[in-house]
Amino acid sequence: MSSRDKILAAVAANQPELMPLPDINFFKGDTEQVAEKYITVLTAIGGQAHRVNSWDEIKTLIQTGYDASQKRIISLVPELQEVASHAYEINPAAHHLADVELAVIQAHFAVAENGAVWVTEDLMGHRGLPFICQHLAAVININNIVPTMHEAYARIADGQYGFGTFIAGPSKTADIEQSLVLGAHGPRSMTVFLLNA
Amino acid sequence: MKVGLFIPCYVDQFYPGAAIATLQLLEKLGVDVVYPANQTCCGQPMANSGFEHLTGGCNELFIKNFSDFDYIVAPSGSCVLHVREHLYDNKQPEKAQETAHKVWELTSFLTDVLKVESLPSKFPHRVGMHQSCHGQRGLHLSSMTELVAPDFSKPGSLLKMVEGIDLIELDRKDECCGFGGTFCVTEEAVSAKMGKDRVADHLHHDAEYITGVDMSCLMHMEGILRRQGSKVKVIHIAEILNSEL
Amino acid sequence: MEQATKDHAELAEIFNRDEERVDWHDETLWWIRQKRDKITHQLPEWESLRDMASQIKFNVLSNLSTYLQQFEKQALAHGIQVHWAADAKEHNEIVHRILTENQVKQMVKSKSMLTEECHLNEYLATHGIEVIDSDLGERIVQLAGEPPSHIVLPCIHKKKEEIGDLFHMYLGTPSNMADPQFLTETARGSLRETFLTRKVALTGVNFAIAETGEFVVCTNEGNADMGAHLADVHIASMGIEKLLPERKHLSVFLRLLTRSATGQPITTYSSHFSKPRPGQTMHLVLVDNGRSVQLGRKDFRNSLKCIRCGACMNTCPVYRRSGGHSYHTAVAGPIGSILAPNLDMKKYADLPFASTLCGSCSNVCPVKIDIHDQLYKWRQVLMKEGYGPAGKKLAMQAMAFTLSSPTLYHGAGKMGRLTLKYMPFAVNNKLNPWYKQRDMPEPPKQSFGEWYAENRKKK
Repeated sequence: MSSRDKILAAVAANQPELMPLPDINFFKGDTEQVAEKYITVLTAIGGQAHRVNSWDEIKTLIQTGYDASQKRIISLVPELQEVASHAYEINPAAHHLADVELAVIQAHFAVAENGAVWVTEDLMGHRGLPFICQHLAAVININNIVPTMHEAYARIADGQYGFGTFIAGPSKTADIEQSLVLGAHGPRSMTVFLLNA
Repeated sequence: MKVGLFIPCYVDQFYPGAAIATLQLLEKLGVDVVYPANQTCCGQPMANSGFEHLTGGCNELFIKNFSDFDYIVAPSGSCVLHVREHLYDNKQPEKAQETAHKVWELTSFLTDVLKVESLPSKFPHRVGMHQSCHGQRGLHLSSMTELVAPDFSKPGSLLKMVEGIDLIELDRKDECCGFGGTFCVTEEAVSAKMGKDRVADHLHHDAEYITGVDMSCLMHMEGILRRQGSKVKVIHIAEILNSEL
Repeated sequence: MEQATKDHAELAEIFNRDEERVDWHDETLWWIRQKRDKITHQLPEWESLRDMASQIKFNVLSNLSTYLQQFEKQALAHGIQVHWAADAKEHNEIVHRILTENQVKQMVKSKSMLTEECHLNEYLATHGIEVIDSDLGERIVQLAGEPPSHIVLPCIHKKKEEIGDLFHMYLGTPSNMADPQFLTETARGSLRETFLTRKVALTGVNFAIAETGEFVVCTNEGNADMGAHLADVHIASMGIEKLLPERKHLSVFLRLLTRSATGQPITTYSSHFSKPRPGQTMHLVLVDNGRSVQLGRKDFRNSLKCIRCGACMNTCPVYRRSGGHSYHTAVAGPIGSILAPNLDMKKYADLPFASTLCGSCSNVCPVKIDIHDQLYKWRQVLMKEGYGPAGKKLAMQAMAFTLSSPTLYHGAGKMGRLTLKYMPFAVNNKLNPWYKQRDMPEPPKQSFGEWYAENRKKK
């Protein structure tokens, strides 16, 4: 008998009588002031939030913070192509992204209770991009903020993706004596632009 | 209402003062209390050591001594929890169940059964309240810091009825003192360290007395206080509630 | 690394020889417990989230064989290669085989307590394969040649100066450099090289979804993603109990996990892997290693609900004052003490006794495992099966005999034998562990029983 069949047989023999799956649909977050809450939480976990009214405003903010003539900046957001130093090229390996200073991507929505944005790989160019870049910026429509993870999964529903991730702030560690350090392996900073349009 | 007084073995042998105060307090509150002379031990020391299967004799004796009472009251959260959860008798399972359900820890008996709202007690001292785990987390005598739930404390509400008492706030409200039954000797190093840390919290807030619902925790902390040469005393909550000036 | 000859009490005694360090360890973990309290108290629905998580996990355990097959079917359909490992050995062999097939001698690994449980690194080392752990804490203990002492905070027992020394020795940092920012930056540089040059990456799995065949990996550092997205081959190892029925159930668990673990609202990255990326191979190894046996133990099966948040360790007053290594098993603390005896009763017979049964662990557990009740129940099983120290059973039998008889009890009490034999806290004796750091209670003139007979005779 294969290990698979052995394990399944042992599990079937030992599992208790079927217990019901509870209904979790009663969990509902508070939809009031989600943008304010989102900004507070993202800031608290080391991220930065900007409320903006136009794409131009985002461009200015990026161009003030990053010099595209000195460092490699990539934008996966068509409206923000101008901030990029190089056009994004499709490449199966993420190694060619190792020198990216700033990556700008779009996110589907944000979650107020934990500061996260939901991104699937179709928005990333390469799965590795949001992790390998030194700094990450994400743009969402300010109306796309849900209160909690319950609404988040209701939005994702049965959507198909090869890879999707919640990103909440910059990469961080506190493994050395619980001292918080931003920029463990991934981005040292994360900026979220909340576009009011 | 006929109440059987259940006095844990180590209280009987080492802390008769706590037992006397319990008896007098209940009498003062008009309760008809009887102490069955043939009681010994609830069996917890064996059970917590992994030998619950050897506690049959203790259980039988407990049922014999106490099954006829309306309520069984003890000045100990730990022993009460043990009886409530583990009293069994294969020969008379229903009687064992019935008896187990009649066992009450003293302070919750006062607040929940007698519904005491005032006490003629005076204790003009600075007192730290130790939440013993079996009383608090086992019998739910007080709210627990881990849970997201409203604040309450049955022993605390009784202490607040005592005139002149000055209750201190601890940094760690409900950390275990490290007694743990045989844990106190089998894991001596950690047990003693936990006791030292618990005592330090009380000392840091200038307690004159450390009180609680369980003499075992208090005994453990007393052992540490004495070794440190501290003047701070331990006192069972019954002794405070029974004290007059 | 093997500490099989010493039990928890002995290892804890050694840990306690440096009291200042014990205080530091205790306070660091207590601080995390406080962060956990603070964030959980912001959610009025916290207790009902715990309830739901517990019920969902009960459903998973009761329907596990179906969910496993459903998961496998979905994962295969999405191009993930699924392997089944009955035990640690088979798991290690599967991983080794994948590495051999890819002609690879080096691998980067992100946090996986399962691979610690299976001793994968040691196994691969004997086959000439170098594994680099990429979680900063795990990398630090790996350099130190130690196992992690905590499932979420692997090097919580190490002081920054000791880490500085390790980095000086292995990563060329200046001596006496102990600044966490600087050390982290150094590790970042070194591990980036590793990520960029490894063809195979192994990650753990936090949750897997039966409905969709995807699995979720949570990290703060981004190391699992760096490894997986840069490698040609991604191996994910998971215990069979990690399943959840449907994707939407992640909402409950992702809300609970990190709040319980570190007091954060969520980990920085909660990555959902559903298909290999184009050109990549993705392997998923489903590991039993005693889990199906534990599933059959009625009193202990619900330990399999564990989501490895570590909250029970942070709150445990014994763990905080004895350190993770004193548990001499991959998963330390209260949860480890109820998991380990399932794997080896003899070796881990001491662990259910490394607790005061205070119950704080059960209260913080996000999936409501009755940890302290299981510790009590394991004690009963272990003593019945004869894994207790020699002599303990005889002593307990004698004690039970005395305490079952009022005559013997009263006689023994009078003679002081009760004290000598069964109440260690009352024996003034240098060999008595009680007396080492505590005084004995002052013996009263008479017992309560005697006082009562004298004073309440007429009643």
